[in-house]
Parts: sequence; C-alpha cells; structure tokens
Amino acid sequence: MTLATQLINVMAALLLLIAFAMLSQRRILSLIYLYAWQGVVLSANSVVVGYSTGQTHLYYSALLTFVLKAILLPWILHRLIIRLNIRWDVETLINIPTTMFAGIVLVVFAFNLALPITQLAGTITRSTLGIAIAVVLLSFLMMITRRKAVPQVIGFLALENGLFFAATSTTYGMPLAIELGIALDVLVGVLILGIFFFQVRDAFDSLDLRHMEKLKETDE
Amino acid sequence: MAPWIQTVISQLAQTLLVVLLAPAMLGWVNQCRAWLQNRTGPGVLQPYRVLGKLFHKDAVLAHTASPIFRIAPYIQFGCMVLAASIIPVIEADLLLSPAADVIALVGIFALARVFSSLAAMDIGTAFGSLGARREMLVSSLSEPALLMVFFTPLLIAQSTSLTAIADALAHRQFALYPSLAFAAVAFVMVLLAENARIPVDNPTTHLELTMIHEALVLEYSARHLALIEWATAMKLTIYCALGIALFMPWGLAAAADWRGVPLAVVALAAKLVVAGAGIALLETVSAKMRIFRAPEFLGMAFLLAVLGMLIFLLLGA
Repeated sequence: MTLATQLINVMAALLLLIAFAMLSQRRILSLIYLYAWQGVVLSANSVVVGYSTGQTHLYYSALLTFVLKAILLPWILHRLIIRLNIRWDVETLINIPTTMFAGIVLVVFAFNLALPITQLAGTITRSTLGIAIAVVLLSFLMMITRRKAVPQVIGFLALENGLFFAATSTTYGMPLAIELGIALDVLVGVLILGIFFFQVRDAFDSLDLRHMEKLKETDE
Repeated sequence: MAPWIQTVISQLAQTLLVVLLAPAMLGWVNQCRAWLQNRTGPGVLQPYRVLGKLFHKDAVLAHTASPIFRIAPYIQFGCMVLAASIIPVIEADLLLSPAADVIALVGIFALARVFSSLAAMDIGTAFGSLGARREMLVSSLSEPALLMVFFTPLLIAQSTSLTAIADALAHRQFALYPSLAFAAVAFVMVLLAENARIPVDNPTTHLELTMIHEALVLEYSARHLALIEWATAMKLTIYCALGIALFMPWGLAAAADWRGVPLAVVALAAKLVVAGAGIALLETVSAKMRIFRAPEFLGMAFLLAVLGMLIFLLLGA
C-alpha cells in the first residue's frame, strides 16, 4: 500500500469516527464543531486524492470545501444557535447506546453493500466507498433520532458531506461546475433553514419538530 | 551459558521488573496528577513507603471472615504476577508466554476480579456488597470491550499469542493502521474503567456514594491491604505495558538478543513515563461520571473496538 492510500484510509476512518461522534453527541455546540472537523477532513482528503492522482481540479474543490464546510457554515450555524439561544442538551428519541448499536448495524450493512462495487472499481480510493455509504446512512440515522430542528439540519449537512466523500472515492470528485452548484445549494439551504428556525420558534415557542405534526387548521 | 538458563533469567528479570516497578508507576501517575492540580505531591516513591508501612502492621480480620477473605489478596497478587510474566514488556519471546494467549489473559484479570468481589461480599457489610455489585457492573461491560480491542491486532498478526502479535507489530514495515487507532482509543477507555481511574471511579475517594474500588478493599488492613494495593499498581502497569506492546511496540527486543535489551529497557521506561503522564492528564481534564453513565462510556469503547475491526476488514489496514 502506498502512503497516499494509507492517508486516504486514515481520513476515511476519521470521517466514520466523526459520524459516530455526532451520533452520540448531546450538545448542539459540539455538534457544530464536529461538523467543522468533518469539513476539514474532507478537504484534506480531496488534497491527498488530488495530489496522488494529479487531478488539479480537486485542489479547488478542497479549497471550496474548506471555506464553506469548515468555516462559513459552522460560523452561520454558530451565530444561529446563539441568536436562538439554544446551546443546551439535545433530546434524542432513542437513548444513545441503542442508537450506537443501530449505527454499527448500518456500518456492517454499508460495508457489505460496497464490497461488490469495490471489487469492480480501479481507483486508489475504492475501498473507502463503504465508509462513504456508512457516513451517509449514519447521518440519516442522526436526522431520524433527533427531535430538534438544528441537529436535524446538521444531520442533513453531514449527509451531504458523506455524498461528497462518496463522489471523491468513486470518481475522483464531480466536475467543478456541479460542485459549485451544490455548494451554493447547501449555503442557500442553510440560510433558508435558518430563517425557518425563527419562524418555527415564533409559531410554536420551541424548535421541537413534534409540534409540526399537529399542523392542521382548526375548525374554530 | 546454556540457552535455557538465559530464557529463565530473562523471564525472572522481566517479572521482577514489572512487580518492583509497579508502585513507582502508580506513584508517577499520582505525582503527575498532583502537578497538574498545582500541588507539590508526595513523590514517586510514596507507594513504596505506604506498602512498607502496611507490611509492618498487624492484620485485623472481621469475626465473620471466611477463608475466602483471607486468601483473596494472595490470589489477586498471584494473578497479577502471572499476567506480568506473560506479557511482552522487554522481550517478546518469554518462557511463560506460550502458557496463555490474550484471551486467557483477560480470564486471569477476571479471576482476580471475581475473588476481590467475593471477598468484599464475604464480610457482609453494606459497602462491601455495594462495591462488589458496582465492580461487576463495570467489569461485565469492560471485559467484552477489552476482548474486542484485542481482535484487531489479532487479525493483523493472525494469531492470539501475545508474542506473535508484539513481534508482528514491532518488526513490520511502517504503515498507518486506522483500525489500530480505533482499537487504541477503545483500549484507553477500558484501561481507565478497569483500573478505577477518573471518569469511571475515583481512586482517591472514600465517599460512599461514588466509590467502587475503595468499597471493595474497605475491610482489609495491613499485609492483605498491602498486597491488594500492590496488585492494583501492577494491574495499572500491566495495562500500560499491554497498550505499549499492542499499539506502540517499537524498540521491543527480539528473541534471544541480549544487545537489544538495554535499548528496550530505555524505550519501555520512556513509554511508561509518557503513558503515566497521559493517564494523569486524562484524569485531570475529565470529570467523574455518574455510575449509570459508565455503561454508556464502556458501550462507546466496545463500539470503537468493533469499528476498528470492521475497518480492518474493509480497508485491510
């Protein structure tokens, strides 16, 4: 195994670790820091893949990832939770150890799913596809098990990170135009969701999304 | 010199080294904690003084004590001496190391623990059985985690013998193993839980609501207490040495290579100093958990160990 492959493997393992840490995290502030770290690892991974395969467009992609996902989005989210004054504990639907074991099952499932694809692929990053799928599924799990709006949004963003990592590991990243488009989408999405948080809180006095289930006109 | 004399000497030297060094290791951890808390600290040699004092006292036994209470300290001490003889500390290939592999090693730790819990319940005091129950709660969760931690190095070395693992990891080409990093983090968590260190138990407390290990040894005095304290110090040292052998085995002397021994001793001392300071730092920056959070902590260790194994199977690294 070359050093580049080893480094990529380490990054992949780190991403999986961060995904699990997010799943187990009780505080919103720590969730945001973990999300920022995920961005850092992703962009470092892009640099390593770009350097070892000579794909220069991955450098721009890494820079974009770093600015957007490690600095800008965490900063926006940080501002948001300060404005909303919600730095306290996150409520989960299922208790954390159960969620973790569900997570392990998902990881095993993802690894099995990726195995046949991995054997067909010829990229140096091929073995990390399983981890990319696992990160996507774990982010899904996080969105499902969280009750409040902000952790769900972070779960959504982590999901996008997982997809980005999958793209890097299977095809050395998407064309730059598409990546720019997705980055813009995510940015605008977070801004809109930020406005949404305030609306939800004004309407229900809480960011608990259970209240949304009762969103019906009354006959009074 | 005949080869078998060499092996016997190196085996005895290593066992004695671990047994005699253990109190200093405990003293070093306590000293580092004292420094980090801005205290002067009693010095690295304090555990030896405590042991000396305890050995000179007369033992007091409860009227209700059965023979189990009396033999338990000797069994605990004996288990730790045996464990110290089979783990690769200075040299990988030891006389006694074929006697037990890592899975049996976990069993040896379990034997010591069962007897300490039995002895704590033997007297029939409330604190003893409370401590025994808590100890069993923690250890029933840390033991599977410890076994899972061992599986990743086992898979890399393709063997359950500690000698083979340490050899395979020490004398291989340098490679980054993300799976080993996961196992190492899980191992540190198990080490803290098993040795009654701070997030799980506080080794210096005598507060009845929180103590685990101290509640077990509350009824012991004099030489019995000394043996238990010594065994505790040895357990800490053995865990550190085990962590070193599995996750940073560089500098371990190859079999029957006398020239490697001085280097191995220096490397071991340096690594133990770093490990002790690291434990003290971890203990200082973390707060003691509620007892009911301990299962979550150990569940996390188990999860990390499983993840390490899965990653090894997926990435082959």
